[in-house]
Amino acid sequence: MRAWRWLRENAVMIVGILALLYMLTPIFIIAIFSFNDPTGRYNFEWVGFTTQYWQHPFEITELTSALEVSIRLAFFTAIGATILGTLIAIALVRYQFFGRRAANLLIVIPMATPEVVIGASLLSFFLTLNIFELGFQTLLIAHIMFSVSFVVIVVRSRLIGFDRRLEEAAQDLGANAFTTFRKVTLPLIAPGVVSAALLSFALSIDDFVISNFNSGAEVTFPLYIFGANQRGIPVQVNVIATMLFALTVIAMLFVIIQQRRAEKAGEIRPEEETHEATVPITV
Amino acid sequence: MEGSSDLPPTDPESDQPGETAGNTARSGSGGVRLEGVTKKFGDFAAVHDMDLDIADGEFFTMLGPSGCGKTTTLRMIAGFEQPTTGKVLIDGSDVAGLPAYKRPTNTVFQSYALFPHMTLEENVGFGLKRQKVPKAEIKKRVAGELERVGLSREAKRKPNQLSGGQQQRVALARALVNLPKVLLLDEPLGALDLKLRKGLQVQLKEIQRDVGITFVYVTHDQEEALTMSDRIAVMNEGMIEQCADPETVYDRPSTTFVAGFIGVSNLMPAVAKGPGEIEIADGPTVPTADAAQFSSGEKCFAVVRPEKLTVSLPENAPGDQPGIDGIVESSLYLGTSTQMAIKVADDVNMTVLVPNASEDARQHLPGGGAKVRLNWLPEHMHLVAESDPGGSDADQTSTDQVTEGVNS
Repeated sequence: MRAWRWLRENAVMIVGILALLYMLTPIFIIAIFSFNDPTGRYNFEWVGFTTQYWQHPFEITELTSALEVSIRLAFFTAIGATILGTLIAIALVRYQFFGRRAANLLIVIPMATPEVVIGASLLSFFLTLNIFELGFQTLLIAHIMFSVSFVVIVVRSRLIGFDRRLEEAAQDLGANAFTTFRKVTLPLIAPGVVSAALLSFALSIDDFVISNFNSGAEVTFPLYIFGANQRGIPVQVNVIATMLFALTVIAMLFVIIQQRRAEKAGEIRPEEETHEATVPITV
Repeated sequence: MEGSSDLPPTDPESDQPGETAGNTARSGSGGVRLEGVTKKFGDFAAVHDMDLDIADGEFFTMLGPSGCGKTTTLRMIAGFEQPTTGKVLIDGSDVAGLPAYKRPTNTVFQSYALFPHMTLEENVGFGLKRQKVPKAEIKKRVAGELERVGLSREAKRKPNQLSGGQQQRVALARALVNLPKVLLLDEPLGALDLKLRKGLQVQLKEIQRDVGITFVYVTHDQEEALTMSDRIAVMNEGMIEQCADPETVYDRPSTTFVAGFIGVSNLMPAVAKGPGEIEIADGPTVPTADAAQFSSGEKCFAVVRPEKLTVSLPENAPGDQPGIDGIVESSLYLGTSTQMAIKVADDVNMTVLVPNASEDARQHLPGGGAKVRLNWLPEHMHLVAESDPGGSDADQTSTDQVTEGVNS
């Protein structure tokens, strides 16, 4: 009876923990197996503990160069998609123009379209166009293309909650349109822009399907792993994956701490309202 | 406060004539002129053919219910809206087509609109920075302005660390530091509680007197308007019903709308009888010079303010004053006075404020249901015409305001 009650009262927590376990187990396994010392080509069975792969994580040159390509690609994708997406979001929220509603709808289509379809159509597009050689350029174009939708959606929601009077106030104080954007609009939508940039970085570094169609001779981190799978994945893959995961967690913690601090600052009310009437104004 | 030895917030000599027109020494403060200004949003005319002349250094208030066009008018002066037709002149020059950032005006917004990502200092210095004022001078003027509004200690704080009243004062400092020719205030005290509002009303008026800048103030609070303004324009449905000093607007409203909006309207229907007198419906014939503006037989309303009416039992009524009979409907103790609602005719309700000068007299006021007579001095009676377009509106106000307008 008592056990039943305890279960009932803590049901939400129990389900939550189970769900978290379900999501995180694969990641923990990857991390644990980065310390494995496999005997054969396959790193599937636990043999013994070693830190040798952590000591030489960048030993395999193909893997390291694939990682480099991925990071470079993700970096430029984040920049390109964020600039383009932010401008699109501003246009969609702020201006009335022919086709605005259609654009608002069409912007989510790349998110809803299966990646295989996007990858294949981009490939045939690039081949037909015959301007770009398949490689880093085409990868970058493809990654920016599918990241833009996410950027638009994130920045748009930030813009919708934006108090337009702040921009009017800036103009009232002598700022022209560009200065208003630079000094008021951009700093205020910056949290949205930054999370959009992080999101497109993550989307790009993660992508396999679309990249697989459009990479040409270029090998990204996911493409390398896929290829390596045929021959047996080196333990360094686990090491690097764990590093990436740790970096992501640290970045997220950083963002959360920043937000907490901002929220806390907002809560402080140094003086009670009632004191105000007595504050003298020097004339 | 004049006694305090603080620095003046600004130093007119070191003023740099900047690129934008906003930077001018206080001596150059100018008036505002509207000539036949109409603003249409689609088919709806928010402001209709408005003429307005606001003098240099005046504290001018636009008063009216929400949707009367007062904020639209303010936004046209600020440059956020362009008039559909008509002209706006600031300090004598036509500002048609000039965007807000090129106008010599600054605005204090209802929601303050402080930049949340900047400190108070940065907020207040924003305008001066745009004018390329030298850094040292910006620092000095910002410090002076923050001191004026009593927030020097908070200079490094962000707006969201301040209370509403403090934010409001920062908004004021941010606008005033630029020494605009005209300061526009859009219900700046609207979001504050009553006590705070009263304190700031006085301070605002003092600041205005001190800096001598033309203030154009928008509010829907009649008491605020009466307290602070040199002149008030009472607006209704995009038009000015009356534009005059507070005493005139209160004592001699020109329309039933104004009478109803400013204070409690005691409107008695009447008919003009020749140039010198009127006959109040179900009441006496009263001589008044006001009747001259109506032709004989024309309908009008007689207004007497609640505090200028006396209540007595018919047998004790002063015989030498005009009066009208009614029945006491309710009596409400308000502390400094007692408010009585008296029904004179089916759709004519009068409100009387009896000062609670002596407890004894208060105890002897006629109670509910008693037949009483209301008297007034002939000079306290004023005639108004029925408001033109909003005729039905004014009728409503005349009854509604009796109940809601009193406690303010």
